[in-house]
Amino acid sequence: MRQDHLVAAGQLSRADVERLLDRAAEFDAALDGGGDLPASYPEKLLALCFYEPSTRTKMSFEAAMKRLGGDVVDMGGVDASSVKKGESLADTVRVIEGYADGLVLRHPREGAAKMAAEFVDAPVINAGDGAGHHPSQTLLDLYTIREAAGLDDLTIGIIGDLKYGRTVHSLATALTEFDARMHFVSPESLRLPRSVRFDLHEAGAQVREHTELDEVLPELDVLYVTRIQRERFPDEDEYRKVAGEFQIDSETLDAAADDLSVMHPLPRVDEIAPEIDDTEHADYFEQAHNGVPVRMALLDRLFQNHE
Amino acid sequence: MSDHELRVSKIRDGTVLDHLPGGSALNVLAMLGIDGSEGTGVSVAMNVPSDRLGTKDVVKVEERELSQAEVDVLSLIAPRATVNIVREYEVREKKQAERPESVAGVLACPNSSCITNADEPVESRFDVLDDGVRCGYCEEIIREGIADHLDVA
Repeated sequence: MRQDHLVAAGQLSRADVERLLDRAAEFDAALDGGGDLPASYPEKLLALCFYEPSTRTKMSFEAAMKRLGGDVVDMGGVDASSVKKGESLADTVRVIEGYADGLVLRHPREGAAKMAAEFVDAPVINAGDGAGHHPSQTLLDLYTIREAAGLDDLTIGIIGDLKYGRTVHSLATALTEFDARMHFVSPESLRLPRSVRFDLHEAGAQVREHTELDEVLPELDVLYVTRIQRERFPDEDEYRKVAGEFQIDSETLDAAADDLSVMHPLPRVDEIAPEIDDTEHADYFEQAHNGVPVRMALLDRLFQNHE
Repeated sequence: MSDHELRVSKIRDGTVLDHLPGGSALNVLAMLGIDGSEGTGVSVAMNVPSDRLGTKDVVKVEERELSQAEVDVLSLIAPRATVNIVREYEVREKKQAERPESVAGVLACPNSSCITNADEPVESRFDVLDDGVRCGYCEEIIREGIADHLDVA
C-alpha cells in the first residue's frame, strides 16, 4: 500500500504513529495558543464522500481541512448523488478525483477504501468501511490514550460490540505496535472477528477475552467503550439484556483505579451513564475534540507523501 | 496397471492431474476454466482407489499444458496433486502444486458485505495463509471448504 493513502491501521508502524501524534500535538498547540500552524494548505481541496451518516468524522475532517487553509467539496448524501443512479464506487471516486486533491471515504462495504485507493492517484483516507476499519479514528484514540495514560506499559479494556466495531478493529491492530495488554470484553456473540484475532496472534499481542468487565476492571489504565447496536440482535429483549450488562455507571467504576481513563468513539446511546461525564474518568469529549488536530496532522502527512 | 488407467486411456498430448482428492475433479476443472467448450478431450475418473489418499480423482486434459501458476492455484483444493505434462504419449515434465502467495479471480469472498461482491469492476484477490486464505479487500479468512467459494462461471 502506498504511503499517501490510509486505508487500515495495519499500514502504520510505531514510528509512523509517533511522528503523526507529535505532529498533531504541534497543530493542537497552535490551535490552542493561536500561534502559527506548522503547515498550511490554502490551495488544497478535500473531497468528502460519505455513503453512510457521520457527524464527528465528517465535520472534523472538514474543520481540519479548513483550519489548514484549504476547503472541502462534499458529495452530499447518497440519495442526492449519482450513486442513486447506480454509479459504481470505482467510477465515482475517479470522477471526484478530478475535483479534489484528496478523498475521505466512508462506505458500508468492507474493503471499499482499499479498492478506491487502487483506482485513484490522489490520497484516499478510509473514514470507515462497513465493519472493517476506521484508522483515522484510531489515530485520535491513540493521541488521547497517549495524553491520558501513555502508550507503553498500557493495560486497556475494550468493551462492547467487538465484532462489528470498526474502531475496535483498527485500534487493536495499531496497539500491537506498542507494549499494551489488551482485554476484550463482550458477549460471546459479539467477540472479535477471526481476521482481527488472527492479526493480533500473528503480531504476538498480549490479548485476553472476557465476557464480564469485573474480571479485569481494577487493573485497567483505559476503558474503551463502544456502542452495542440494536440492529445486531434478533429481538429487542435480547438486545436490552446484553446492552444492560455492558452499561458503565458510577457504581461500575467503584472497582476501577482512580486514574482510569474512560473513552468512547461516540455516539453513545446509554453505554456510559451521563453521571460519568463530570468525573475525572471521562475523556470521551476530549477524544472527540482531538479529531481536528489529529486529522490536520494526517492530511499534512498524506499531502507531503503525495508530492 | 492401476485402476484408473483401465478406465481412461492414455493421452497423446496434454496434462494428467493425479492424486486429486476424491470427488474434487469437477471443482478442479472449474478452477481451470475447463468446461468442455474448447472441443478437446477431457477425461475424468472419480473416486478411484489410491494407496496414498484412499480414493482419488484423476483428470486428463488433452492438448493443453498447464503452467506452474495454474498448478499452484490447484493447491488450494488439491494440495497433494501431481501434474504430468505429456507429449507424444510420454511424460515429459512433472510438476508439483506449491502454495502461491495469492490468487486472483479464483474465489468469491463469502462476506456478502465485501466490496468485491458489490458489482464493482474489481477482481477478487486472496492472500494464501498457512491454513486457509484471506480476502485482500475485506480480510475475511476462509479455512474450511475453500472449494465451496470457487468463483467460476
